[in-house]
Amino acid sequence: MEEQNTDVIQGTLDMLILKTLSLEPMHGFGIARRIEQISRGVFKVNPGSLLTALQRLERGGWLDAEWTTTENSRRAKVYKLTRAGKKQLDSQTADWSRRASAIARLLKAEG
Amino acid sequence: MSILSRITNVFRRDVSRDIDEEFEGHIADAIEHGRDPAEARRAFGSPLQLREQSRDLRLLPWLDSLRADAVFGMRQLLKRKVTSLAAILSLGLAIGACTAAFRLIDALLLRPLPVAGASRLYMLYRQGIGFDGKPQTFDGWAYPSFELMRAAVKDQADLLAVSYAEQVDVTYRSDQEMEKVYLQYVSGRMFPDFELRPALGRLLSERDDISPGAHPYAVLSYDYWARRFDRNPNVLGQTFHMGERIYQIVGVGPAAFTGTETGTVTDVFVPTMMHPGAIRNDQTWHRSLALLKPGVAVEPVRANLHATSRAFELDRAKGFTGMTKQSIEHFIDQTLMLAPAASGASGIQQEFRRSLIALGVLVALVLLIACANVANLMTAQAAARAREMALRVAIGAGRWRLVQLVLVESAWLAFLAASLGGIFAWWAAPFVVGRINPPDNPARLPLPADFRVLAFGLALTLAVTFLFGLAPALRASAVRPASALKGGSDPHARRRLMHALVGVQVAFCFLVIFIAGLFAATFDRLSHREFGFAPDRVLTLDTVAQHAQPSVFWDQVTDHLRTVPGVESVALAGWPLLTPNGWNGFVSVNGAPPGPVLAYFLSVSPGWVEAMRTPLIEGADFRPADTASGGAIVNETFVRQYFNGASPLGQAFAKGRSRYHVIGVARDAPYRSLREPILPVAYVPFPTAIRTATFIVRTSSANPLALASTLRQEIPRARPEFRVSNIRTQADLVRAQTVRERLLAMLALFFAAVALLLATIGLYGVLDYSVLQRRREIGIRMAIGAQASDIARRITREVFAMVMVGAIAGLALGLASVRYIETLLYRVNATGPAMLLPPLLVILAAAFLAALPAVFRAVRIDPVASLRAD
Repeated sequence: MEEQNTDVIQGTLDMLILKTLSLEPMHGFGIARRIEQISRGVFKVNPGSLLTALQRLERGGWLDAEWTTTENSRRAKVYKLTRAGKKQLDSQTADWSRRASAIARLLKAEG
Repeated sequence: MSILSRITNVFRRDVSRDIDEEFEGHIADAIEHGRDPAEARRAFGSPLQLREQSRDLRLLPWLDSLRADAVFGMRQLLKRKVTSLAAILSLGLAIGACTAAFRLIDALLLRPLPVAGASRLYMLYRQGIGFDGKPQTFDGWAYPSFELMRAAVKDQADLLAVSYAEQVDVTYRSDQEMEKVYLQYVSGRMFPDFELRPALGRLLSERDDISPGAHPYAVLSYDYWARRFDRNPNVLGQTFHMGERIYQIVGVGPAAFTGTETGTVTDVFVPTMMHPGAIRNDQTWHRSLALLKPGVAVEPVRANLHATSRAFELDRAKGFTGMTKQSIEHFIDQTLMLAPAASGASGIQQEFRRSLIALGVLVALVLLIACANVANLMTAQAAARAREMALRVAIGAGRWRLVQLVLVESAWLAFLAASLGGIFAWWAAPFVVGRINPPDNPARLPLPADFRVLAFGLALTLAVTFLFGLAPALRASAVRPASALKGGSDPHARRRLMHALVGVQVAFCFLVIFIAGLFAATFDRLSHREFGFAPDRVLTLDTVAQHAQPSVFWDQVTDHLRTVPGVESVALAGWPLLTPNGWNGFVSVNGAPPGPVLAYFLSVSPGWVEAMRTPLIEGADFRPADTASGGAIVNETFVRQYFNGASPLGQAFAKGRSRYHVIGVARDAPYRSLREPILPVAYVPFPTAIRTATFIVRTSSANPLALASTLRQEIPRARPEFRVSNIRTQADLVRAQTVRERLLAMLALFFAAVALLLATIGLYGVLDYSVLQRRREIGIRMAIGAQASDIARRITREVFAMVMVGAIAGLALGLASVRYIETLLYRVNATGPAMLLPPLLVILAAAFLAALPAVFRAVRIDPVASLRAD
């Protein structure tokens, strides 16, 4: 059986994280699970990449992080989108749609 | 995440823990959701690498590595407490001395006056051939000449007259409560031109520059107001007596302004028009400062001023009598020059410029010696750490990280040393200023520790760090892991660097000792020269009266003082010897035209030669009859100069219209300065009425000052017209002449000792290191039968060759530097063996001492033990 590629498309992880967090604040594992669920398993997020990406986004000022206690009484770091993160998401989404539709057009073109 | 939180994260210990906790939480979540624990961990990747990456994102990596290096460097220093302490102490002393020297040079020579347009301020002076036939410069001006010049350049510059700051006697209430203040006569315009604002009342202005004697107003300096009046605002309107006039205090100047005479803090400013010589064209009593208008070129102003001044002097020279044609020509042929005066203009600047720069160079050399020491220390340690460095490179440290690692350690040393040096400089600079002038008249120099000093200290520290840290750092980073881990890099390369540094150290050390020797010899010659009088046990009492008093009154006081118990002899003189006063003129002998050499005069009463213990070679002291008929006692130089050495007794000479005949010849004695050659001097009787003179009192007790207060009271008791304005001992006057030389000799010897100590320690360190490094080689040599003397020679040969090379280089440097300090020396043959050999011997002796421990250590090496080690 040919193995399906479940890697996140290069350069889109940040956007996916921001999008996921725009729905509600979440901790790292929640984000990964949410991406898997919504993409119906097409994308599986590598946890290592996810956590470093979260640090990068936090450093960029697009995310805020806070330590909270989860229902099973473990400490977890919950991320939420900042105003700058919202803007960043909008511009990245617009950019992505522009490029995705261009690729779609190219692939459709015939002869 | 803000920069700030990234910076603080560098210093948080729990950053890594946070990251780990988040990772662990993630994995725990995954396991809870049914993942296989091992698989979940594997999917994560290498946790250490991830932690590293996350860490770098959460903080500033470069700052983090710097922090790590700083912690590591500190541990390294603490591991070797004694050597680190020695390095920090020696560097601290050197950095402190350099900073102190900079503070002094900055405060005296570089720092601009706190006035508007300081950078456009120039001082006028004349350059030419003096009456003594030697090149000279002179910055004094007569007011009428100044007025002409001011008018000539009024469109390009404002000219300001500023008198030499002088100590004068003022009284606020009765004559008995006289006090000394530093007073400057200044152009009123100075205050508005400098854009100074009064702290109280008003300042002087152009309206105070109009007619002679008509503006008896005084402005106090802030410093004086605070010191004398405790900042009392009621001081406005108060009056004081000075000379025959009453002045009214009208204002207080701004706090920062202490006058234009750097090195002296002026207490009281009065208008130039109040100076007794304000309209005399033959009294040069003030400096002239030119404040150029913005954008005006210097040279045209100078040319204009020169032409005006020359015309004035040409006109004045028409009235000259009693001078040779050549002297008059020289006088006219002076060139007017402008010198930048942004930092003020003062005699202390002129006198101490060269001395301070020489001291600055000396301490800089000491700093370099200390740096070489520490560089050698670091190199030796780098050798010991070669394996550590190789290991670091092997596991992936970049070269730059290694350079940083070693440099950070150096920076620790430098900064610890700099803090120590800062404390030293804070104490040392005022210490030196306090010794610039004699104790009764100290120089006062504001020494602010502001950003200029701070910036210098910081720049110096950084420079020092690179100076001693860079070479070892580069060397450490150039380590080749393969060969170093095998234990076999070239050990000689490192020794060569250390030997070169030893050579440099010895060269500088020689230079410092040589120059210190010159200064010490100068001080020694000056203080042990022949005086031609006995300065001990002599008290000089400067005495003044409100108006000129007939000489009979003065004689009454003299006679009265002779009856005071403890007084041996009393006489009167115009002023004490070895004070800056002078009175001179051209002399014509037996009616011939005046000669080209100036003679100097001093009024004395009968008994002066006895009170001063000046031996008479021929003739006798004044008898009362001689004083009326123009007798004169001349010194030996006078006889050689004007009478060709023949006995002059009974011969006549004249100065202008005054005629004298020689009644005695006195032993040569310095007139106003110990440093200048003996001048031809004639001691002549007083004129019939005088206002000021000095009583010369020889006491029978060894401490003449014990009589000072008695004599101060006895003088007005004898004649109420007189009061004493100043009491000094002649011995103090002699000492005051050698203040600069004493200071230079003291500081230079101190730094020479420090330099020698540092160089010796450095030499010891290098030898000790090379024995340590070569102990296997020595062991082998001994095992196959080398003699102890052979070992000793092998160990010391290279280093002693470097010492010799260094000493010769130092000798060359010394000979080359002599001409820069020649003006600071007195009767010292700087290039003679007497000055060159001692430093050489001292250094060789020190080198020998430094070599002894290493040699002992080498010959005691146990071949068996040394070969078995490692």
